[in-house]
Amino acid sequence: MATNQESEANSSLEVSRRGFLRGAGAVISSSIVAGAESLQSSPKPAGTQVFGPGKVSMALKVNGIARKLQLEPRITLLDALRSELELTGAKRVCDRGTCGACTVIIDGKPAYACSILAIQGQEKDIRTVEGLAQGNQLHPIQQAFVDHDAQQCGYCTPGLVMACKAFLDKHPNPTLDEIRVGLGGNLCRCGTYVGVTQAVLQSSKHQTGNLGRKRRSYA
Amino acid sequence: MPEYKWPEKNDRRVLGHRLNRLDGRAKVTGKAKYNSDVKLSGMLYAKFLRCPHAHAKVISIDTSAAEKMSGVKAVRVIQGPGKEIQWALDDIAVVAAVDEAIAEDAIRQIVVQYEKLPHLVNEDDLSKAGEHMKPPSDQVKGDPDQAFKEADIVIEGEYGIPVITHCCLEPHGQVIDWKDDSMTVYQSTQNVSGMANQYAQPLEMPAANISIIQDHVGGGYGSKFGADSWGLETARLAKDTGRPVRNFLERDVELFVAGTRPSGFAKIKAGAKQDGTLVAWQAESWGTSGLGGGGISMQVLPYVINPPNVRKKHTGIATNTGPARAWRAPNHPQTCWLTFAALDDLAAKLNMNPFDFYVKNLKLTERSELYLKELKKAAELMGWREKWHSRNQQTAGPVKQGLGLAFHTWGGRGHDSTVRLVIDPDGSVSLSAGTQDIGTGTTTVIAMVAAETFGLPVNAIKVNVGRSPDYPRSGPSGGSTTVGGVCAATRRACQLALEEFYPKVAPALGAEPSQLETAGGRIQVKGNPFKNLSWNKAAARLGVTPLEVTGKNISASRRASDGKLIDSGVGGVQMAEVLVDTETGVVKMKKFVAVQDCGLIVNEKLAESQVYGALIMGISSALTEERVMDERTGTLLNGEMEFYKLAGLGDIGQLVVHMWKDLEQDRRGVIGLGEPPVISPVAAIGNAVANAIGVRVPRAPFIPRRVLAALQNKGGLFA
Repeated sequence: MATNQESEANSSLEVSRRGFLRGAGAVISSSIVAGAESLQSSPKPAGTQVFGPGKVSMALKVNGIARKLQLEPRITLLDALRSELELTGAKRVCDRGTCGACTVIIDGKPAYACSILAIQGQEKDIRTVEGLAQGNQLHPIQQAFVDHDAQQCGYCTPGLVMACKAFLDKHPNPTLDEIRVGLGGNLCRCGTYVGVTQAVLQSSKHQTGNLGRKRRSYA
Repeated sequence: MPEYKWPEKNDRRVLGHRLNRLDGRAKVTGKAKYNSDVKLSGMLYAKFLRCPHAHAKVISIDTSAAEKMSGVKAVRVIQGPGKEIQWALDDIAVVAAVDEAIAEDAIRQIVVQYEKLPHLVNEDDLSKAGEHMKPPSDQVKGDPDQAFKEADIVIEGEYGIPVITHCCLEPHGQVIDWKDDSMTVYQSTQNVSGMANQYAQPLEMPAANISIIQDHVGGGYGSKFGADSWGLETARLAKDTGRPVRNFLERDVELFVAGTRPSGFAKIKAGAKQDGTLVAWQAESWGTSGLGGGGISMQVLPYVINPPNVRKKHTGIATNTGPARAWRAPNHPQTCWLTFAALDDLAAKLNMNPFDFYVKNLKLTERSELYLKELKKAAELMGWREKWHSRNQQTAGPVKQGLGLAFHTWGGRGHDSTVRLVIDPDGSVSLSAGTQDIGTGTTTVIAMVAAETFGLPVNAIKVNVGRSPDYPRSGPSGGSTTVGGVCAATRRACQLALEEFYPKVAPALGAEPSQLETAGGRIQVKGNPFKNLSWNKAAARLGVTPLEVTGKNISASRRASDGKLIDSGVGGVQMAEVLVDTETGVVKMKKFVAVQDCGLIVNEKLAESQVYGALIMGISSALTEERVMDERTGTLLNGEMEFYKLAGLGDIGQLVVHMWKDLEQDRRGVIGLGEPPVISPVAAIGNAVANAIGVRVPRAPFIPRRVLAALQNKGGLFA
């Protein structure tokens, strides 16, 4: 099953955007309502908690570190990561859950950070590309990206690396067809898919103990 | 002055090898900072209010409510009352606020009254263009009327390819920090050294006071050469507020005003003798580049193949749409498609295998020998002879298989570039150039050329790019000119440096400077490698003064003393195999073969990446990409990536890339590669579709609706 399709299907929370909220006064989940003026006069379901419209406190756990933030509830997780926590690996490209450049891993599953509000990320384990390497030691999928030149301009690369990581966690030895479907939710304009595919194949071999073809290196 | 040349192929230790790109690690860890990642202390966020109409006059504008909002620091009117707006999403006013959300709220508070004016946003139907038609231009060669009379077989057809967009994943934009009489511009650009002058005059600031900084850029493809109106406005806001200001475009704006490729449509007539010899060509073409008219250039139509008798006429159509920009290999992909589609139809009517038809007509090209070799290689890799069938011998079942081919050409001579080289007494080596690495591997090839020349490992070379005026000027990355420019400049710098370096080292080795050479991290005496000094010990002979030289490449220079480091002009042949579902109209890529020459290959891994990427981009434009305009409202209908579709990982089929690298190519020196392989895919794929289903789908992209319409023999260009 496609990783990114999963992330979309995974949660009804992920479709909400601030423009949508402001315009339609949508209730984005059963327990949280992000504040907006148009909501104030609307009757709210019993047990609903209203946040905002001004800045509210929230706590996010990113790459294992607890971070406290003061943000408007309408701010997306992506913008919180990029602007507040200065974790700029995840990129804002389509900003509406199509291209995957903002892919992070939430509770073990890949997710489009542009399509989740920061306030919804509380009490979850959020992993970004910055947390993947152990010190100087690249994660095998990162090393495989480097070895197979799976990046050109590199703007889609952090999202693709995280999508591949989550994909490989679920499919340690994927077939080519599984890769084609499972990584279809990340778009690259430079056209690095051949390198990405090779990188995933190399990494999958890593995970079964085979280090794969050793490349010549003159560096 | 040294004799500038590359080492003989067998003597190379670094050049040509499959090294990893040097910035790969930064990119996979998220540490690579793009200018859209830059956050400066006190930075404000700018948002533009944009015109919702394709053509309108601004009657009034009221910014008072926005100005009063808490968090808003500046509001500027860009095009006020009386201004005529010529395309939707053009900028009207701009707000700077403490965060992006407030800036967005504020532009909604600006009230603008417009007087709507008539517009034209679609140019495909020439009969509706009316006064939007620019005066046509025409050319005649030979005697086309007589040639058509004497031709045995003549075809006539209409073909088209719409406007597509660049769709850089990092949108256009910049962060600007204005401090008193100077400013720093963090711009997403393909043109680091050419940027300051674009800001200088409009802002009345000396170019010398303007610094450009860019470590990485998230795609350009020809669309990021300019400072742009939004850059200048961002600078003015920074001046007005005294704080750094950031603006990067939203996706729909990016797609509509920051980068589109001209369209090309044509009524084409072509004639041949019974043996397949092409004798006559006639094309009446039109297209748009936006308000200026434009469209494709008829200088490259017909493409690559030049029949003896030609008549052509081109009409630019002025449309109320965002202006076109250079798009990877400007004009070539469109005219390649128009040409090879018509010639493929001619070959089909002649009942000839297109391979044989093109071989027959290679004498009408400028590099027939190379094309022949590449055609044969591509056919071998594709299995062309075994797989090909004529249009009326379709494969069984509802899913039809088909083959198509096309070929192309490009220049790619190295641009003007200056590289500053410093060897420090501790042995460290750095090279600095005001160029940019747009993902092609520019920093890596600079390091490789230096490592080759000095006999050092690549990781011993520090390469600095992306600063102006701190680093010497280098050309914009367009026309596939960067690799030749920086490689030649770097090689010259390195050879010049050795000429200064050897005299300082020679006495210690008891040799003449002319007897020295570099090898394996040492300076040694030729023929006596035991007499040597390590690179670092040799560098210590510099005393306290670093050795600094500059190497230049001057594009227009043809002096003998330049040596044979670079060249211009490549070919390239591509073949596509597709599967077409005749029940759904879906086209799927099965296999794609590209055979590509580019002179001396600096890094084969990165060269292959360029070709793979170009093929994927080409597959996108063949199968999905099209700017869709609503004629009634004059606005863009697919301004986001869900409906402006790029090919995904599962859409590309099997790609086979073969770099053509015989000794003859090697001796030509370095030639640019980024553009040529993006030219042929639409033509090759379109011809494969026609071969599969037996009828021509006349207009790209080959989406299900058009495939089904062609199968029902209706719709033509407008399906």
